[in-house]
Amino acid sequence: MPVNESFQPTIVAFCCNWCSYAGADLSGTNRLQYPANVKIIRIPCSCRLNPMFVLRAFQRGADGVILCGCHPGDCHYTTGNYYARRRMTLLFSMLDYLGIEKERTRVEWVSAAEGAKFAATMNDFVQTVTKLGPNRRLEDLRCRKD
Amino acid sequence: MQERLKERAISLLESGTVNRVLGWKTGEFFYDLTPAVFESVEEIEGDFVYSPFSGANLSKYCILKSRKEGKTAVFLKPCDSYSFLELLKEHRILRENVYIVGVACDGMCDMDKVRAAGCEGATGIREDGDSLIVETLYGEKTLSRQDVLLERCKVCKSKKIVIYDELIGEQGEEVDSDRFQPVEALEAMTPEERFTFWRQELSRCIRCNACRNVCPACSCEKCVFDNADSGLRNKAAADSFEENMFHIIRAFHVAGRCTDCGECSRVCPQHIPLHLLNRKFIKDMNELYGPYQAGADMDSKSPLMDFTQGDCEPSVVYTRGGNA
Repeated sequence: MPVNESFQPTIVAFCCNWCSYAGADLSGTNRLQYPANVKIIRIPCSCRLNPMFVLRAFQRGADGVILCGCHPGDCHYTTGNYYARRRMTLLFSMLDYLGIEKERTRVEWVSAAEGAKFAATMNDFVQTVTKLGPNRRLEDLRCRKD
Repeated sequence: MQERLKERAISLLESGTVNRVLGWKTGEFFYDLTPAVFESVEEIEGDFVYSPFSGANLSKYCILKSRKEGKTAVFLKPCDSYSFLELLKEHRILRENVYIVGVACDGMCDMDKVRAAGCEGATGIREDGDSLIVETLYGEKTLSRQDVLLERCKVCKSKKIVIYDELIGEQGEEVDSDRFQPVEALEAMTPEERFTFWRQELSRCIRCNACRNVCPACSCEKCVFDNADSGLRNKAAADSFEENMFHIIRAFHVAGRCTDCGECSRVCPQHIPLHLLNRKFIKDMNELYGPYQAGADMDSKSPLMDFTQGDCEPSVVYTRGGNA
């Protein structure tokens, strides 16, 4: 399907409460621009991200899902992001195995001080997903908006 | 073999060592053996069967049976013993209430393959060394056992019985099989081809939940797929997304605990190669986090319950394997 010029992807960003959510906040206070397509969902820790959340987001109309958490070693709960890292690696690999575009999923570590990194990451991710076009392989027709 | 198992089951019951025996009995046809509990010598003499169709893994039944009064004897083939040990590791089975009789296994057979080999109207089967003699309405036919093995037995990973109280037959060794070959073949395809392949397979799913019910690793008392609030419960709502979701989540829930016993694929009425999903997780974990075989021993940690500081980043998925 040709990429529609006016296509605006919906991006769901799961942000850990302690680092990335604060990082997103910082990018806001610094007046750094990142696209409004990004919908942030705050989670207590990156390892709170149940694989089902990722699939649900796609079901309900997301075109890309990104998980942001504390840098490995900096987890508020000491080890949460290490577990999340393994889980997401396996989940993304499985999605790829099922033929679902792997570029639609991403994990990025953003600390509370990295407002600029947050904005840059989101800009880049939105661009990538816009190029990919609407999510068609993991969509639920019943949840289609148009 | 069947006579030796029967004899042992009877002596265990008669000596009072155990109160019940977990084994197999004939279902509607001679080839659809079903797991059964035997509580008397008469039942064993009449119904107990061990044949090339005793594929059912009995380890899951030990969860409930080990909580009953008295001891339960169970017959475990090598791959079943891995599932048993994994359940033991998860504290699901009360070991002191189970008496394990390990049974050597030459691989279990697939009735569809027997039929495909030209044995219509089969009425019975006998073993004769490496060959099987199928009795049919039109006379007897001899088949090579190797030709009609279940897919999972063709790539048997181990003949070793990892936990037992006594053995019938010889203890075996781990086998170096190329069970990841089909996964590699899929990985070598383009995403479009993979997507088409899995749509063809998964769209046949009728959500009968047989794969979940039979899986020894899927033994939660409350399952997410039974939870009305999860939105995952009913088939009526299913579309392509739901099918993908069910199978991804099912495989993910057993990742790191799946011993690759292959029961999911064996029971699937739609012949979906579900083991390929589980095996993908196993292959990934082996490659990324070091070799691990669930159920092989009591001490090792499942890769998903463990981590190292130097683990690869999830972005490794973008670069490794498969075509972009």
